[in-house]
Amino acid sequence: MKHERIYLDNAATTRTDPEVVKAMAPYFTETYAVASSQFSHMPGIQAREGLDRSREVIAQKINAKPEEVVFTSGGTEANNLAVKGTAWAHRRKKDHLICSKVEHNTVLHSCQWLEQEGFQLTLLDVDDEGFVDLTQLEKSITDRTFLVSIQHGNQEVGTIQPIEKIGRICTDRGVIFHVDAALSFTTLDLDVDRVQADLVTLTAHKIHGPKGVGALYIRKGTPIKKMMHGGYSEFDLRSGTENVAGAVGFGRAVELAQPKYVQYIRSLQKGLFEGLKKEIDGIRINGPKTLSKRLPGNVNVSFDLIEGESVVLHLDMKGISVITGSACFSRSLEPSYVMMAMGFSHERAHGSIRYTLSRYNRMEEIDIVVKSCKEVVEALRKISPLKG
Amino acid sequence: MSLPYTKKVLEHFMHPHNVGKLENPDAVATEGSPACGDMVKLYLKVDQKTKQIDDIRFESYGCASNIATGSIITDLAIGKTLEDAKKLDWKMAAEALGGLPPVKVHCAVLAVDALRTAIENYEHQHGLLKEKIPTSEKIIMKRLSRVINPLAGLDVVRTKLVKEVIIDKGIVTVFVELPSSHQFANNIRNEISERIEPLWDVQKVKIVFRGN
Repeated sequence: MKHERIYLDNAATTRTDPEVVKAMAPYFTETYAVASSQFSHMPGIQAREGLDRSREVIAQKINAKPEEVVFTSGGTEANNLAVKGTAWAHRRKKDHLICSKVEHNTVLHSCQWLEQEGFQLTLLDVDDEGFVDLTQLEKSITDRTFLVSIQHGNQEVGTIQPIEKIGRICTDRGVIFHVDAALSFTTLDLDVDRVQADLVTLTAHKIHGPKGVGALYIRKGTPIKKMMHGGYSEFDLRSGTENVAGAVGFGRAVELAQPKYVQYIRSLQKGLFEGLKKEIDGIRINGPKTLSKRLPGNVNVSFDLIEGESVVLHLDMKGISVITGSACFSRSLEPSYVMMAMGFSHERAHGSIRYTLSRYNRMEEIDIVVKSCKEVVEALRKISPLKG
Repeated sequence: MSLPYTKKVLEHFMHPHNVGKLENPDAVATEGSPACGDMVKLYLKVDQKTKQIDDIRFESYGCASNIATGSIITDLAIGKTLEDAKKLDWKMAAEALGGLPPVKVHCAVLAVDALRTAIENYEHQHGLLKEKIPTSEKIIMKRLSRVINPLAGLDVVRTKLVKEVIIDKGIVTVFVELPSSHQFANNIRNEISERIEPLWDVQKVKIVFRGN
């Protein structure tokens, strides 16, 4: 069976849309001047216009004002700025922050670093589908709390958190609410006013934009200190020469992310889920059982009696790219912390496979993936000492 | 293509040799556990007279390196005498595979350990021990320190799942601090029995679950 590479690792990163590359190109070779003030020279003004146009597109998508969108070098920097920047703004006033156990490492590690530096951190539990415990959240907020950081959708198991409810709780208690929307941006709606979010992390490369550019939405008036020093760019919140080409690509990617694709990706998701469940025994769904409660492109299952790295490698040989939550696969030799937080056994994490879809995938590919998975799982079970 | 594995590793991973169960094996050993993400089970058939390994099979739950070392170590061991097979180590296995990434060496160790334990079990059961040391609590605990507590991913001794054993005239009673209805009770029972039963002077292993 010969086929083109089937890429199902879109939660890691996506193929850049050729239209995006086209939009970016002139900003490398023609409009390459620094995006400077309107009193500068013409090339600088043109670069500024490109930057601001993208800022408007992105702001509009989340119902924000353009001056509330700060470009960063990506989701990692945006999350670091959100967490550390608000912590610094509250130093010697408030010292408590809250996030969930399943946040992306960029949030989790930033929070844990602050904890080492003397801040108090509460890590919220999640249930077996990955949903944050809201009762625990309400109980955890004190008059020393300045920040609650909860992601929109989970990177591994796709759980969509009830961010509107969380936003209401944070507003009632006068706490800043940060939403990491890196995985959900453009595939799930996010209106910063409806959600009552103060900070929102966005990134380009997960929506067919370029790597190396992201943004942090910062609601006007939110206390935050900049973390990158050395200039006054990005409303004096992020120094550094603006990545104009990147920002333009980001804006173009947002324009290209039409709602019709979401429905399409949902249909692929359903096809993959049902195909796997129908064809393979001893399979467990990781994350919400109801597909509408998962990120549109996320499928995550565990195969009993076998280990994930072997599955990944076999599928790779068959031209299919997926990842696993197995310890063997990770750089730390630890099983997925998301699955551990969900209360799963090590075995279940070791046997887990994540498939993440994009608008570039096709239904024919899904059929090949299901068939290949069945073959691989059967072959590995045959040599497993765990079978009955 | 720059996968971290050599061509040889991938060959053995894709088409492992000597896989499966052996019917009526002369010795069996399991190393690792699903909780650790790696597990090898090894079956031996030994010629009573020549003490040569007539047949050897393995089953693997684990990553590519685990499967590949299971394959190569069984290739290397077949036809060898027990004494010679005992000399095989993970370096020889890794070498025969053209090398392994450092982070994956522990998987190779597992397969070699399984071979050594299987040979040791055979020796216990066939009167081949050079000196017959009576089974003590210390020996039992040492063996149990290879049984992994699936709840913690660490061994049952260190995690205090087993705190007490009683040895009385060849009958070993192991107390496990878990309710007998626990989801891992059966798994733990089997693994503990498999570790203790082969000892030369052990006639019976009793496992008592007493947690709540």
